Amino acid sequence: MLARGEILAVRQASVSLSGRSILKDIDFALEMGEFCGLIGSNGSGKTTLLRTILGFVAPSSGSVSFDGGSKSASVGYVPQKFSLDPYMPIRARDLVALGLDGNRLGLPLPSRGRWQKVDEMLEAVEATPFADQRIGSLSGGQQQRVLIAHALVRRPRLLLLDEPLANLDMRSVAGIVALLRRLSREFQITVLLSAHDMNPLLSVMDRVVYLAHGRAASGTTDAVVRTDVLSQLYGYHIDVVRVHGRVLVVAAEAEGDALAAIERDPVHVAQIP
Amino acid sequence: MTELLSIVFAPGFFTSEPVRTAAVIGAAAAIVSGVVGVFTVIRGQSFAGHSLADVSSAGGAAAFLLGINPLLGFLGMSVLAATSMELVRVDRASERDLVTGIVTGAGLGLAALLFYLDVTTSSTTGATVTVMFGSMFAIPASIVPLALIVGIGALAAVGMLYRPLLLCSLDPDLAAVQGVPVRLIGLLHLIVVALAVALAAITVGAVLSTGLLIGPAAIALHLARRPGLAVLTAAAIGVAATWGGILIAYDSYEWTGGHGWPVSFCIVALIFVAYVVIAQARPTRVRPVLGTARTGVASAG
Repeated sequence: MLARGEILAVRQASVSLSGRSILKDIDFALEMGEFCGLIGSNGSGKTTLLRTILGFVAPSSGSVSFDGGSKSASVGYVPQKFSLDPYMPIRARDLVALGLDGNRLGLPLPSRGRWQKVDEMLEAVEATPFADQRIGSLSGGQQQRVLIAHALVRRPRLLLLDEPLANLDMRSVAGIVALLRRLSREFQITVLLSAHDMNPLLSVMDRVVYLAHGRAASGTTDAVVRTDVLSQLYGYHIDVVRVHGRVLVVAAEAEGDALAAIERDPVHVAQIP
Repeated sequence: MTELLSIVFAPGFFTSEPVRTAAVIGAAAAIVSGVVGVFTVIRGQSFAGHSLADVSSAGGAAAFLLGINPLLGFLGMSVLAATSMELVRVDRASERDLVTGIVTGAGLGLAALLFYLDVTTSSTTGATVTVMFGSMFAIPASIVPLALIVGIGALAAVGMLYRPLLLCSLDPDLAAVQGVPVRLIGLLHLIVVALAVALAAITVGAVLSTGLLIGPAAIALHLARRPGLAVLTAAAIGVAATWGGILIAYDSYEWTGGHGWPVSFCIVALIFVAYVVIAQARPTRVRPVLGTARTGVASAG
């Protein structure tokens, strides 16, 4: 199912949850080392697509192929919702260590090699200064770094991140994007990251998978984020406007389905300067 | 000095057979409850833990009726309740609460029936008080071997499951990505909670065993920064409270004119006071909560 150089191929995959169709005929592939943005408004099916790739949800038709030996060793995952009360006695380094061997039975024996791997990973995500603090007491951006270290400490070939930029301030967003770009080159990993706003990712994305109403269009940003392509995807006229180096996706007519889409998706409206 | 010691440790404390049995079983129950309780609190399953404690009282009542080892009664009922709660598949946290509540109600109803039968067959209400609130100085020494086996088994299970259980408790999806069987781990955790609760039920009583499961763990979470240390701290706090409670209860015979206070009261009172003191000294930061609330209001308006 995988062509040469591809690490992940989603072929004509459809997914239904409790009888409701969420994804229809999703078709795209990621090449080794690509940095790919999975872009779509809230409720467009981004999380479901990521969960399907992870194997948590089975497609009702179509397939997901992955190259990289056993899935558990080769996919890193950063979930959207991760919250821990500030008094939970879990330090940043504890979570990273669990990324290394959290599936093993028995007590962790004191091992210099284990902590060395953890320390290296914390260093790589620039989390060393807060490695001994409780996770619950860290800021959103710091927590994202620790979660990325948790996902990467086993050196997977594919990293999936579900809305890692949501709920971060603008400086943290830029920091996390730059970090992911650097890590993807340093560790030669393929990155698939979901976001509702593509603008912070424009300079780093090799590919975009744009989701709307459960359907997807995939390709380079220039090939996909266009008035004709997105209009066809949404099923009504969409304008893609480029202003000050930013991309705005605007529904032309604010009525019927389009109005509903805009109301569901405040980001597209909020982007209008 | 000797005088002071004899005030703190009333005469006969160290030679009393019931005190020794209470100290051994109490320590075993406190260690297991403290260790398991840390995971229960991190997982937010305090209610499930309390539910198992309530339901186990039906087992205690049945054991009294049948004249068998009460520990077997507590064990059977709490493990049965744990299994049935975990095997019902739920999608939302609120459903989990619902299932727990329904199992608790059914279990307590069964306990009511069995206690009634206890009273009608033996014409005494002693069983009810012993099962619900414990009677530590009346624990038969014959229970000790079984109690120690259960305790060691529970600790061995937690040791085996330590890492997958911790990861599942922090985030089930992160665990699943690493190939951890999340539902199985959840079931095994609740069965270990059932073992801890049964042990504690023998000592402080079925209803008060929650205090031993949740209290020391909650205090330890405030004190320790790393998970392994939290587990050890909870066990130590549990043992200290149990032995302290036994001592106070023993001494209370002196000042209550021979009636004495229940050991279980003294233990949970010590845990409660310790929690209040620790929580006051290290107030949990409430800022994030307030921040969220304010955002919610703003976006609603």
